[in-house]
Amino acid sequence: MMGAYLDFIRIRFITMLAYRVNYYSGIVIYAINIGAYYFLWKAIFGEQQELAGFTVAQMTTYVAVSWMARAFYFNNLDREIANDIRDGSVATQMTRPYSYLLVKMMQGFGEGLFRLLLFMIPGMIIVCLIFPVKLPTDPMTWMIYLVMLLFSFLINSQINILTGLFAFFVENNEGMMRMKRVMVDLFSGVVVPIAFFPGWLAAIMKWLPFQAITYLPSSVFTGRTPGSEIAGVFGLQVVWFVVLLVPIWFTWRAARKRLFVQGG
Amino acid sequence: MLYAQLFWEYIKNYAKTRLTYRMDFWIEILSDMMFQFMNLIFILIVFRHTPSLGGWSEAEVVFVYGFFMIPYGIFSTFFSIWNFSERYIVKGEMDRILTRPAHNLFQVLLENVDPPSLIGSVVGAIIMFVCWGELGLPFHIMDIVLLAVFVIGAVLVYAGIYTALSAISFYSDAPTGIVPLMYNIQNYGRYPVNIYNKMIRFVLTWLLPFAFVGVIPASYFLEKKADDLSQLALLTPIVGLVFFTLGLLLWNHGVKRYRGAGS
Repeated sequence: MMGAYLDFIRIRFITMLAYRVNYYSGIVIYAINIGAYYFLWKAIFGEQQELAGFTVAQMTTYVAVSWMARAFYFNNLDREIANDIRDGSVATQMTRPYSYLLVKMMQGFGEGLFRLLLFMIPGMIIVCLIFPVKLPTDPMTWMIYLVMLLFSFLINSQINILTGLFAFFVENNEGMMRMKRVMVDLFSGVVVPIAFFPGWLAAIMKWLPFQAITYLPSSVFTGRTPGSEIAGVFGLQVVWFVVLLVPIWFTWRAARKRLFVQGG
Repeated sequence: MLYAQLFWEYIKNYAKTRLTYRMDFWIEILSDMMFQFMNLIFILIVFRHTPSLGGWSEAEVVFVYGFFMIPYGIFSTFFSIWNFSERYIVKGEMDRILTRPAHNLFQVLLENVDPPSLIGSVVGAIIMFVCWGELGLPFHIMDIVLLAVFVIGAVLVYAGIYTALSAISFYSDAPTGIVPLMYNIQNYGRYPVNIYNKMIRFVLTWLLPFAFVGVIPASYFLEKKADDLSQLALLTPIVGLVFFTLGLLLWNHGVKRYRGAGS
């Protein structure tokens, strides 16, 4: 049975590979994104050496790493699920002998692997050549980061799945998906590290899953998180992964009862 | 005349579909507001850590953001063709469009018209108005005329770029996925472009002229800065026309090449 799920990863990876040329333009666009934020932050720092515990060098690395990580964990599972629901194909998929949501997760992972190998790594190399990015030298940090990145993917995909499943209840969740995308970008710390948030907002963020997507892993990777706290930070990611399973399970159960196919 | 009539029919149709999904309508308006609010949060957070951004004060940057929201709202209303490639090329709906006499782009746009986005424009205008007072800027009657001209120019810039991007799907049979990637770039034209290096500045001014939908036209109303951006402001309608023409040409050429999807 596991083999069937692995095949879903493989098939999505190969499908993506067929369209790889499109992604080379994507690397350029991501480099522009990183560049724009690099200069934006440089202007924000101005004469100041340090802001919210970040030096300019750390900020540069943080921006580059966070954007490239986004390239890996980003996927459109929400849209895919919403489309399946809208055109009714979710009904057929439910009758098949596999877990619909797990299949979606696997497909997302296949896409993630593709982006990791053909987007994130070459993109990172290019960005390192252009901007003064300082990567850690300790192989242990890299190992920890890769595991944390996997959890970034899992948590982000869980949020996407939840958003997608809302299509069962609102018929057209385009607006919600848009809102979710902005929220994830802002609250996960890609756009602004959470350390910059005003106190009350930072306090709210501590109780939300978004920081586990970008802020926590990037802080570990840029060496801002002291060694003694790394285990706790990773634990937080695991906790969020487990906690998010609960609403997904409930939504999915409620959704299956509610399913009505609109035309198609 | 035919086009005005068509427009009206499509709007009526839109209202009918929307009334079927009433709940969703409100969620969309709410999410639009949230979206704009998030972008505003970024500016507010940044200015807690610095008094100025490349010589621009918080009120000025917020003013630019307010301006930016006006054309953005209008553009989103009439050009919400984010999933053009999936819906019209991959699923083959373009074939249906092409069998009808009205211009194909016009039909595609009307099928996707999204009036609730206009609320963003209203909010933007309010933000701009408030900042106008806060900054103590002088007000002339001509400003209203110029504002209208700039907004039209900015909408044309957007329209041109996104028409061109959508037209790419006629040339490449694979879904390009380039539109979502571009999504962030349009935001950088809201910030004072003098903070970027020459290359990004050049891209944002002349290649993907998103600076012309935000900071450049808005700077016309603000106090003059060292690297006088406002000199470029009057070019906004021209850049808009040029880019829209280019986008339309690429689109029309693409439609001629279009062979229809397999399915």
